[in-house]
Formats: sequence, C-alpha cells, structure tokens
Amino acid sequence: MLEIRRLSKTYGTGPDAAHAIGDVSFTVDPGEFVCVVGPSGCGKTTLLKCIGGLLRPSAGEVVLRGRRVTEPPEEMALVFQEYSRSLMPWASVRGNVLLPLRHKQLSKRERESLVQEALGAVGLLRFIDRYPWQLSGGMQQRVAIARALAYQPSILLMDEPFASVDAQTRSDLEDLVLRLRHEFEMTVLFVTHDIDESVYLSDRIVVLTHAPTEVKEVVEVDLPRPRDQIATKELAEFAHLRAHVYRLIKREVSVPTPETSVPVSGTEV
Amino acid sequence: MTEAALPEPRRRRAPELLDASVAILSVLAALALWELISRAGVISERDLPAMSTTFDALWSLVQTGDFWIAVLQTVRGWALGLGIAFALAVPIGIALGSNDFAAAAFRVPIEFLRPIPSAALIPVLFLTLGTNLSSELFLATFGAFWPLLVQTMYGVRDVDPITMDTARSFRLGGLERLYRVTLPSALPYVFTGVRISSTVSLILAFTAELFMGTPGLGHATNTAYSFGILDQEYAYAVATGLLGVAIHFAVSRAEHRVLRWHASQRRTAAL
Amino acid sequence: MSPRLYRGAKVAAEIAVPIAMLAGWQLWAVSADDPKFPRPTTILVEFRRLWLFSEFGTHVLPSLERIGIGFAIAVVLGIALGIPLGLSRIGRTAAMPHIEYWRAIPPPALLPISIVLLHSIGNVQKVSFIAFFCLFPVLLNTIDGVRGIEPTLVDTARSYRIPAHERIRRIVLPAALPQIVAGMRNSLSLAVIMMVLSEYFSSTSGIGYVLLNSKNTFQFLPMWAAIVLIGLLGYVLNLAFLLFERRALGWHRGWRATAPA
Repeated sequence: MLEIRRLSKTYGTGPDAAHAIGDVSFTVDPGEFVCVVGPSGCGKTTLLKCIGGLLRPSAGEVVLRGRRVTEPPEEMALVFQEYSRSLMPWASVRGNVLLPLRHKQLSKRERESLVQEALGAVGLLRFIDRYPWQLSGGMQQRVAIARALAYQPSILLMDEPFASVDAQTRSDLEDLVLRLRHEFEMTVLFVTHDIDESVYLSDRIVVLTHAPTEVKEVVEVDLPRPRDQIATKELAEFAHLRAHVYRLIKREVSVPTPETSVPVSGTEV
Repeated sequence: MTEAALPEPRRRRAPELLDASVAILSVLAALALWELISRAGVISERDLPAMSTTFDALWSLVQTGDFWIAVLQTVRGWALGLGIAFALAVPIGIALGSNDFAAAAFRVPIEFLRPIPSAALIPVLFLTLGTNLSSELFLATFGAFWPLLVQTMYGVRDVDPITMDTARSFRLGGLERLYRVTLPSALPYVFTGVRISSTVSLILAFTAELFMGTPGLGHATNTAYSFGILDQEYAYAVATGLLGVAIHFAVSRAEHRVLRWHASQRRTAAL
Repeated sequence: MSPRLYRGAKVAAEIAVPIAMLAGWQLWAVSADDPKFPRPTTILVEFRRLWLFSEFGTHVLPSLERIGIGFAIAVVLGIALGIPLGLSRIGRTAAMPHIEYWRAIPPPALLPISIVLLHSIGNVQKVSFIAFFCLFPVLLNTIDGVRGIEPTLVDTARSYRIPAHERIRRIVLPAALPQIVAGMRNSLSLAVIMMVLSEYFSSTSGIGYVLLNSKNTFQFLPMWAAIVLIGLLGYVLNLAFLLFERRALGWHRGWRATAPA
C-alpha cells in the first residue's frame, strides 16, 4: 500500500549541508501496523513529514496506492506529538474534530455522525462541547486521534504521539490505537523512540540508523494478537524482540559509554 | 522532541539583496505612481502637486537655513518632551511599581488621566502659557509621560519572583536589589515605553507648532497651508514624515543595542 | 499588618486618594479664583448643561459617528490587508517601507493635505483622516498575529488538505485574533485623538469644534467641559472595548491559564 523508495532529505548545500535522511526504503502492507524506531536525532520526524507530504524529499519517492505523494494525500491522516499545539484552542472538541470534514462532500448530518462516532470510539463523547485546554493531556491527544479517525483515512501516520503523556495514560492510549486499528481496519505507521511500545504495538519494526538515516533492519514481530499490556509483555518472545531492537539501536548511538558491557534496565534510548 | 525542527525552504532562501531590491522597487513604483496620477490629472495638480514638483520644493527648502532651524526646533520639542517625561515617569513608575499599596492608591487617578488626549489641552495651554516653547513642552511631556509611566510600572511588577527571592536569599539590600534585579528586568518594558512615548512626543510637539504657532515644522506647514503654497505644504509633509522615520529608526536602534547588552547580561547572571 | 487589614487599607486608599485629589482641586480652584481654572463643581454643572442633552446631538453625536465609522473602516481594511501581508513574505517586503513611513509620520502633518485633497472639511475628510491613521495599529498587529501562528497548527491544516479559504477563516483569523484585538484597542484610543485633532483644526461641528470655538471666544467653562468629556469618552470606549474583548477572546484567557509554564 505504502512504498518508500530510496528516500533522502538534505538541508542546505555544500559543506554545511545537513543530511537528515540518507537512503530509506521500506514498505507497508494494507492493514499492517508498522513502527519506526531509531536513535535520537535520526530524522524520524523528517521522515514522517516526507511520507505525509508536508516536506519534499531531496531524492527518492513515496508511493501511496500506486500514486506518488507530492502533497498530503487524501487517504492519509497525521497525528502529531504536540497535541496541544495541533488543536485549535478557540474551538470546542466538536469544532476541532469537525475541521477536516468541512471541505469534504458530506451533508451536515453525516459530518455530525462521523464526529460523534469518532469521539465515541475514543471515549470522549461526553466532552464534545468542552474546549481542548479544559482537558488533560491524554484526553487532548485522544481528540487529535478522534479527528484523524473522523477523517476516515486508510492509513494513519503517528509521530511519537504518546511521548508527551505520562506512562499510565500511554498504555491506555496504546491499547486504544490497537483497538481502533482493528475496528476501523486502518493501516498504521507509528514513529516512536520507546522500544517497548514499538514491540508491543507493531507487526513489523523498521529500525533506523543515526543520521544520515538508513534502514538498519526490519524486525518481524510475531507476537499473538490481541495484545495485552501484561500478558504480552510477560512472553519470552517479547523480551527477545525488545532486547534485539535495543541492541540494534544501542550500536547506532555514536557516543560510546563506559558501561556498554553492563545491561541497562531502561527501555528508552 | 529530540530533533530540531528544520524549516523547509520552499525555494532557496532569498538573499538580503533581493529583499532590499524589492523594497526599493516598491518605493520607486509608488513615487512613479504619484507622478503619474498628478501629471495625468487623475487628481488635479492644484490639489496634488506632482512628485517632481514636491521634491523640487523640498530641495529648495533644504537649502535654506530657515528650514533646518524649523527641523531643529521640532527636534528640540520632541527631545525635551521625551526627556522630561522620562525623568519624571521612570522614578515614579519604579516607586509605584514596587509598592503595591501606592499602586493601588493611585490606580484610579492614573486610569482617568491616562486617556485624556493631550490634544484636548491645546486651547487651555494657548490661553494660559501662550504660544511659546513652554506650551509645546507641556503638551509633549504630558502626552509622553503616561505610556512611560505605565510601561515602567509593568516592568517593575513583572520581575521574576524567583530571581527576586534568590537576590533576597543572598541578602542583597533593597537598593541593590533594585539596581541589580528590578531595573535590568524592567528595561525591555521601559524601552517599549520610550518607543511609544517618542512617537507621542513628536506628534505633540508638531501639533503644538501646527495649532499654536510655536516655531517649528508644524508652524511652517501651517503657514504654507494658510498661504496656499501647495508644493511647500506637501514638501513639509514629506520632510516631517522623513523626520518621523529617522527618529523612529534612531530609537529602535538604541533599543536594540541596549537590550542586546541587557539580554546577554541576563544570560550570564542566570548562571 | 495582618493581610485583612492591609487589604482593607488598600481599598480605603483606592477610594480616598481620588476623592482627596478632587477635593484638593476644588479647594485650589476656590482659592485661586481664576476664570481660566473653574472649580470642578462648576465644570460639572456646565458638563451636564452642555452634554446632557442640549448640545449632545449637535456636537457629541457627529464626533461619535466619525470615530465609529473611521474606526470601523480602519479595522476592516487593517484585517483585510494584514492577513495577506502576514502570509506573503514578498508582499511584506514590498509593503514594509510604505507602512513604516506612514506610521512614523505625525498625523497632524497630513491635516492640511487631507483638507486640500478632499476639498472639504466635512465628514468625509474627517472620517478619512481618522480611518487612515487608525489603520496602522490594526494592520501591524494583524501581520504580527498571522506570522506568529503555531507551526504545528499550520502543518495540521496542510496534512488534512484544508482549502485556503477555510484555513483563513477557521485557523488564521482566530489564531491572530488576540493580537488583532490588541491592535484594535490601540486604534480606538487613537481614533479619539484623531477626532479631536481633525475637528480642532477645522470643523463646524463636534467636540473638537467646541474646544476650538470656546478658545476663540475665551469661554473657559465649555472648554473644560469638553476636556472632561473627551477624557471620559476615551475611558468609556476603552472600558466598552475591554468588555467586548472579554467576550470575544474568552477562549484565549482560558487557554493561556492552562498553558504549560
């Protein structure tokens, strides 16, 4: 469904040029949940913006359903990390979710029903008339997700959407995304720096190198579905996959640390 | 967010030269348009002298001593008005800003006196102080006083309480706290006040000259107007505009230089 | 001093100081006994006599009309020009020299010219004069407001392919509104001043005219009554505008209150 072919992005020219993305290629099949992980500063957001049509790549192309992506495609929705800055503070939750639907050819009733369905799916129907800043961080991010849902995309792009949210809310949101993906049959491309999260959520993990970014490895995640925050994470396979991804990334971190031989308990790079 | 948000240049970043050319072209186009409108009679030349005629008149004026005397008289009015206002407003603003009680006590009078346009005082001044420099100065000072007072008060009140607590914990005395914490912190506000007050002071100095006949550019404009010397009238308007731009530019530059020093000072103080 | 006592003393001071100042003024005026500086009480009587309501229609109403129309034109033009200029870098570069020039020129310098160009000292001339100079605070603030829109919001709008007119109506305008409203507030106080100046320079009606006329006829009482009216006008308009601002920007205050430090 989605093909990224030899994508490259360089800022500036000459000796001061910043090679954000070197050469990235991978595919996403319909219905798949693919996570993209990599060391800090490896251009994950730049990559997502190129895929989403917000940035023009310096070389290579992004092909969605056989058509080249040169501007934000109709069937794609983007969820940003900074939810509070992507929501309009002057509009209610309803107004925010409604925004992308206004220019679609829908009747007023159809729009309203989409909004209600989306907010119901994320559990925020009660707050439909509130303002985003009256809600907690996790709830705001859910509004942003509802907005993406109402748009009825076939592919959802998420850029570290839960990084600014506390751990407890994060697990709730992770399960929410999985449930929505199943319910609405969407394809999801999910960027994160949280390795646990990437293994928990995905069918496949694309591990990136540091800048100039390339695909280091694509890891198949064969864990059973539906996933569970406790049961799945107890599996040996989970630990193996997690360790594997972690090692891949650790090797990419350019600054050597004296404790490289000591196993680190943290999961975030 | 661990990655810097790199801006996407939609085209190659336009060099400063291109910007300057666009700006210059824009001005030239406007001047050409002026010439065209007047010469072609879209607006009669008896109402709008051509650009060339106006600049001709301006050029002749610039070569006279009287013109420059008028300019200096207006500048004098502006400078003194701003200066006196500054000398009064900043100390009072600091006093009121640091003292909550005093600020509350004088809040109502300030709120009522502030909105009085100095222009309304022209007839009173005309009939009391007369049509000389003191009227002009009173007008300019009265107008320039309020923005500076208000801004200074804001600036003093807006000091970061944490910085203030730090200073107190280091047992800095009241005067030293004022000098080392409050004033540097309030400086940007004061400068905003200076910028606003400068504009007001110039307007009022000119207004006094225009309406009361105090010597200066305003008076010269009024004379040209009364005698119907159109090209001079327009020439004076152009000259006054240029003076306004020059003063605005000078004040902005001063603001930048002082605040740049101030910002770097603050950075090191925070360490 | 206990907090309650302190608060009480503050409130007392807030009331007492203005009263004391008024009383002081009255006493001074009585002792000075100068016709140029009448007592506040006399001014008050004259104020009521003139403005409520004998001269209201002849002078106050025209002035208010001029302010109202001039301000309205300035706001509409300021926003209409400010939004495209805020969005277009090259537009801004071309327009900036002009904007910088016209906002720096002292408005009274153009009074004679406005009369000559428009051939009259009537309403059109006054309103044009007011509108012209009130344009700039709104224009500049609109440009700043548009330029300062949260980039994430812009990206969101682009990613959802929201068309230009919707973007402007639902994102650009509301996002810039707090700045625009601040500019409008400045414009409004400027409008009062421009009204006084233009009417004082040449007019046959209006508060500024009363000011001028009383000066010419050496009548101090109407002069002071006019000065008080002008001050009051500025104060009341500012207050009314703050109320409007509170309603229009309710979301803004709530949002800023909950924004992360």
